[in-house]
Amino acid sequence: MKIGIKKGLITGFALLLTAGLAACGNNNAGNGAAAATDAPAASNAAGAAETTKAPAKDPVELLNVSYDPTRELYENYNKAFSAYWEKETGQKVTVKQSHGGSGAQSRAVQEGLEADVVTLALGYDIDALKDKGLINEGWESKFEHNSSPYTSTIVFLVRKGNPKGIKDWPDLLKAGVEVITPNPKTSGGARWNYLAAWGYALDHNNNDEAKAQEFVQELFKHVPVLDTGARGATTTFVERGIGDVLIAWENEAYLSIKELGPDKFEIVNPSESILAEPPVAVVDKVADKRGTREVAEAYLKYLYTEEGQKIAADNYYRPTLESVKEEYKDKFPEIKLFTLADKFGTWKETQEKHFNDGGIFDKIYVPGGK
Amino acid sequence: MNRSMNVTTTAAVPRKVLPGFGLTMGYSVLYLSLVVLLPLSALLFNSTGLSWAKFWDIATDPRVLASYRVSLSTAAMAALADAFLGLLLAWVLVRYEFPGKRIFDALIDLPFALPTAVAGVSLTALYSQNGWIGSLLEPLGLKIAFTPLGITLALMFIGIPFVVRTVQPVLEDLDRDMEEASATLGAGRWRTFRSIVIPELIPPLLTGFALAFARGIGEYGSVVFISGNMPMRTEIAPLLIMSKLEQFDYAGATAVALLLLLISFLMLLVINTLQRWARKTSR
Repeated sequence: MKIGIKKGLITGFALLLTAGLAACGNNNAGNGAAAATDAPAASNAAGAAETTKAPAKDPVELLNVSYDPTRELYENYNKAFSAYWEKETGQKVTVKQSHGGSGAQSRAVQEGLEADVVTLALGYDIDALKDKGLINEGWESKFEHNSSPYTSTIVFLVRKGNPKGIKDWPDLLKAGVEVITPNPKTSGGARWNYLAAWGYALDHNNNDEAKAQEFVQELFKHVPVLDTGARGATTTFVERGIGDVLIAWENEAYLSIKELGPDKFEIVNPSESILAEPPVAVVDKVADKRGTREVAEAYLKYLYTEEGQKIAADNYYRPTLESVKEEYKDKFPEIKLFTLADKFGTWKETQEKHFNDGGIFDKIYVPGGK
Repeated sequence: MNRSMNVTTTAAVPRKVLPGFGLTMGYSVLYLSLVVLLPLSALLFNSTGLSWAKFWDIATDPRVLASYRVSLSTAAMAALADAFLGLLLAWVLVRYEFPGKRIFDALIDLPFALPTAVAGVSLTALYSQNGWIGSLLEPLGLKIAFTPLGITLALMFIGIPFVVRTVQPVLEDLDRDMEEASATLGAGRWRTFRSIVIPELIPPLLTGFALAFARGIGEYGSVVFISGNMPMRTEIAPLLIMSKLEQFDYAGATAVALLLLLISFLMLLVINTLQRWARKTSR
């Protein structure tokens, strides 16, 4: 019996080892095969170049890893870009989309999801990719406007007729007002909400940090439910009928109204809010490995063209190109907007001070917490 | 225990159904390693980036402690409720014939198959203040969604099959002659139930309870929707793990997970001991 167990264990580990080796072997074989398929493709292309003068490039596939509320935006944009790229270069390009929470998406790319480009909700989530060596230093300045082709802001969604008379941030602290916002620790959008309130409070209290904290702390006392993501909070407010006001991305607020009918909700623009800049970046390591750098860069650059900007604006993101801005100015009313850099500095500093464990947001809930 | 002993003795008889012990044991060890041991050791490995003091700091942060409290108490409450409810369900399924019984029986397993998030969303829709049930209960001052009660409800849903499916076979095997003998000897229904049926059912009930409890501690999908996730009040430990991952704090997330694992392992150990003891005394 005893010998049996020993034998069994040895067999087990032997099998484990062989399985491990086999996996490694497979990996190598896989890489080899990929290299092998690349080579004839290249020679094919060369052959084609010889016979017909216009070299028809092989079709290429891009993966755009994005966050939740951009699903509709990129569905439209990808079609436009494919058409543009094929017309320009003769190359067919298919863009695959992946959507989810911004942080979770960033984690997936860190763990090896081969994204050619990332279009996320926060610079912080792209910084994390930079720290892993997937994206080169200085990604923020690679494209115009801090690499944010479109922007958004934080507004209020209230029930039709605005029964609680909500006009601005201080109204959210009135007795009996219930505020819906997701949890800043699990939602990128919620971090923008929190920072918008904080920035407003700073401006109205001579930049007194303690007063701002008090304001935000009071605000979160009015929050009955902390959903894990922006869509969840929208559902809580819209479908479950909980709360008097939803603090939300402007594009999410517009989308809720479009989906659910303007007879139920209206948007209230606060006197002041934050300029939310969802950034984009090429994942350098993946693009170089897959040889997609050229098309990946073009993909992001095209977001800044008139067509790209219009698609963004049609999907309720604020355009950055002046001509398109002008065209859509009725859709996006002027709000006094401050940027993250204006009030908070970099994402890294903001994250550490406010949202990391032991940061200010934790203190709001744990009185006297560290 | 006795039963498993029997199995090994019959396996030692020269002609075996499965190939030699060495090979079968080898495969078992291999698969156990791949499916359970490797992920668990990766968990340990991930948290080794932390010093002991830091680990303790994270694991005993007031907010983390509060979340353990929520997770453990709601899981225990739900498992307890499931033990009673599951016994009744199993009883009805085993002892009575009624039309649609097979469908009823199949329905029990549904919580196993359903993505838990779907369960969470539908429960929230039912029990929130303007849901079908919630809108009836709220005027009576009974809030369910976004309270620990709501979490318990979600966990009851998730855990019920464990109890039914462990009690059911034992109940089927239960000797009816004993109950009849007890009745002919003049025992009332309650006495028969108490001294003949219940002792036999305690071990499977404890197993069912333990399984439902363990499942409840780690449950995430169904709970995040109905709990409201309020820090210190309805925030569950798995949510804190997620929120640490969101900060790319892998070591911190593992620290919370590890302590949770330890607690539930100890709980299971205690329940297993209880169960063994109950089986011994009932024989």
